[in-house]
Amino acid sequence: MAVINDLRLLKNSAWLGWQMEANWTDPFLFATYSIVKPIAGTLILVFMYLVITGGETANDFFSYMYVGNALYMFVAEVLFGVTWVIHDDREHYMTLKHVYMAPMNFYVYILGRSAIKIAITSFGVLVTLAFGVLALGVGINLGAVDWLLLAPSLVVGLLCICILGLAMGGVSFLTAKHSIGINEGLAGVFYVMSGVVFPITILPSWAQTISKFLPVTYWMEVVRRAVVPEAMDGLAASSGYDVTGMGDMSDLTLMVLLLVSAGVFFVMSIGVFRVADNIARKKGKVDWTTAY
Amino acid sequence: MSESPLKSNLRAIRGRAYPRLIGSTREPSWFFFDVVLPLFTIAGYAYVYRFLEADAEFIGYVVLGGAMTAFWLNILWSMASQLYWEKEIGNLSLYLMAPTSRMSILAGMAVGGLVETTIQATATVVVGVIAFDVIFSLGSPVTLIVVFAVTMIALYGMGMMFASLYLLLGREAYHLSSLMMEPVYFATGFYFPVRSLGFWAAAGASIIPITLGLDAMRQLIFPVGADDAFLSVNTEIAVLCVLCVVFMVLARYALRYMEHLGKTTGRLTLRWQ
Repeated sequence: MAVINDLRLLKNSAWLGWQMEANWTDPFLFATYSIVKPIAGTLILVFMYLVITGGETANDFFSYMYVGNALYMFVAEVLFGVTWVIHDDREHYMTLKHVYMAPMNFYVYILGRSAIKIAITSFGVLVTLAFGVLALGVGINLGAVDWLLLAPSLVVGLLCICILGLAMGGVSFLTAKHSIGINEGLAGVFYVMSGVVFPITILPSWAQTISKFLPVTYWMEVVRRAVVPEAMDGLAASSGYDVTGMGDMSDLTLMVLLLVSAGVFFVMSIGVFRVADNIARKKGKVDWTTAY
Repeated sequence: MSESPLKSNLRAIRGRAYPRLIGSTREPSWFFFDVVLPLFTIAGYAYVYRFLEADAEFIGYVVLGGAMTAFWLNILWSMASQLYWEKEIGNLSLYLMAPTSRMSILAGMAVGGLVETTIQATATVVVGVIAFDVIFSLGSPVTLIVVFAVTMIALYGMGMMFASLYLLLGREAYHLSSLMMEPVYFATGFYFPVRSLGFWAAAGASIIPITLGLDAMRQLIFPVGADDAFLSVNTEIAVLCVLCVVFMVLARYALRYMEHLGKTTGRLTLRWQ
């Protein structure tokens, strides 16, 4: 019975999320909006690359960087989406206290609201990748994609990001209107430390040590190996050294490391959320508004 | 005894700036979330240039561009969206009843926000210098101050104009602000010389004051900045001065028009649309 209730809640909160995300405009404008943002974000990096290299995009490093940047949308947008749910319900619609009072599983509600964010972001990622392949020569060969590696790594990675977003949502209970900064900041930490657009081997050694504790580092590597295996092989061969710092690890080892690090972050994130939630209730911050 | 309009408007500016300044001291966590954490994204772009073995000034461009993003975000989320948020939380009607200019209230927001944002931008520059050995070569500090000042006046004028346009928006306001992040970062050349977009694209992007302001600042701060420049510094200052006047005038008219439109359509106090 509880499972059926949770599934119904998941469906309804996902529907609510869709309405809140999309019904402010007509579908065409919403689709345009969903495409323009990620493409523009990607073009920043593309132009940075073009300015330095003088226009050469059909190489392995460009594919490595481009695919990493496209996948990073999941980190940035989903992390932002989950935390924003809590901020928006609390400060804007002022409905968070009603959500708390309702006889339902709060985590399932958040997951449902986030699911729609994942769906919208997936659309953006696909459009960005298609743009890369068609316009910039990014080396994605659908026949070479390792789907068996891609599917489980995507599921584990996205769940991990959702739970991290929940922890940040908990932190935002205790702060003023800094939810945007929290999300973008944490996403920025992953951007630098997880080798999203450059290999982690360029970082100082202390930063590389931190990188190897982050699930996003392994997630990026696994998904890149699944999506652009030829570019990853080519990058390793042309560099002449272990440029990613994980070249000697098998796919299985990487998946295990991803699962372990995601598991640790899962437990930590739930802990952070519960502590923050407890403090927020004690201090009366669950229905706090801080718009100054 | 009635107060002079000038005095009451100055008090309105101070009154609206006050909660922003005091709010930031009462909630010091903003320094970590809004100053420290965003530095990571900037570091990410700097490492991209480093991996590509770009010349050192490109990392400097990223640091300076990263510092200026703070001002753009402040315009979007704390100026343009603010009247919409004030409407949502019920303060807007109080502003409209107050015997003072709406421009003064917006100017108060700008002054309050500018202090916090300047701290963010300064921190970005300082960390850039320390972490990435960025070398600034300041040949003409007076010109730099002039460029920064006219850029800020034009930018906050644009923010005031947006604030009035946002007034009648519902949830579109949030999405519009969201939409003006990455596309504007790209079009204005926050992280690369805007000249590389081509003349006409860069000229179109110059409607956003940061485009020319940043380009001029790069020329004044980095020895080889002029090699990557879009226009000369003097031309950019002249265009920015024009933008200052245009945006301030447009903001005034837009605010009056939108307020009138909002009153006649009964949407000024409508919430959660």
